[in-house]
Amino acid sequence: MTPELKARFDEEIRSHKIVLFMKGNAMFPQCGFSARAVQLLQPYGEIHTVDVLADPEVRQGIKDYTNWPTIPQVFINGEFVGGSDILMELAERGELADVVAGKKAEG
Amino acid sequence: MLDPENIRQRILGALPGAEVQVNDTTGTGDHFEACVVSPAFAGKPMVQQHKLVYAAVQDWLQTGELHALALKTYTPEQWKKLGPR
Repeated sequence: MTPELKARFDEEIRSHKIVLFMKGNAMFPQCGFSARAVQLLQPYGEIHTVDVLADPEVRQGIKDYTNWPTIPQVFINGEFVGGSDILMELAERGELADVVAGKKAEG
Repeated sequence: MLDPENIRQRILGALPGAEVQVNDTTGTGDHFEACVVSPAFAGKPMVQQHKLVYAAVQDWLQTGELHALALKTYTPEQWKKLGPR
């Protein structure tokens, strides 16, 4: 990953409360897992989405950045939260609101 | 094309003694879901738990042979609390 790309990710993640790297966008998700992530996050405010299909460098780069092999990837309050399974689990446990509010570290 | 047993063996190799169930969710040999119960997850956040499992199939994910692996991970204690499903 180039330093420029890393700087771009750093900036994107720092400047938005909820950042979702996904396939497609919130209106037109191109993958079931990305669609689910949008659905789970939508109640918690504005989601800044990055379409990884628009740029192969971003698609691979974000996987290297987090050392996480799949898309979607969610960042909340500047922290990497995980993929759609973890979002789902947090929602089921009723902990997603706390993570968004910054009250509780994921665990 | 992969089958659930391929995935299961890899996960068991990475997490010896784990309880692992894998299903092919689409019947096409590239989308799977796995439920993994392992004492190795104790004290680790979910991101780290999932990374441990993904690492076992990293090469298949990279080549795209494995397109998706939905995960549920639990420690034996969490699993016991969930009760029979």
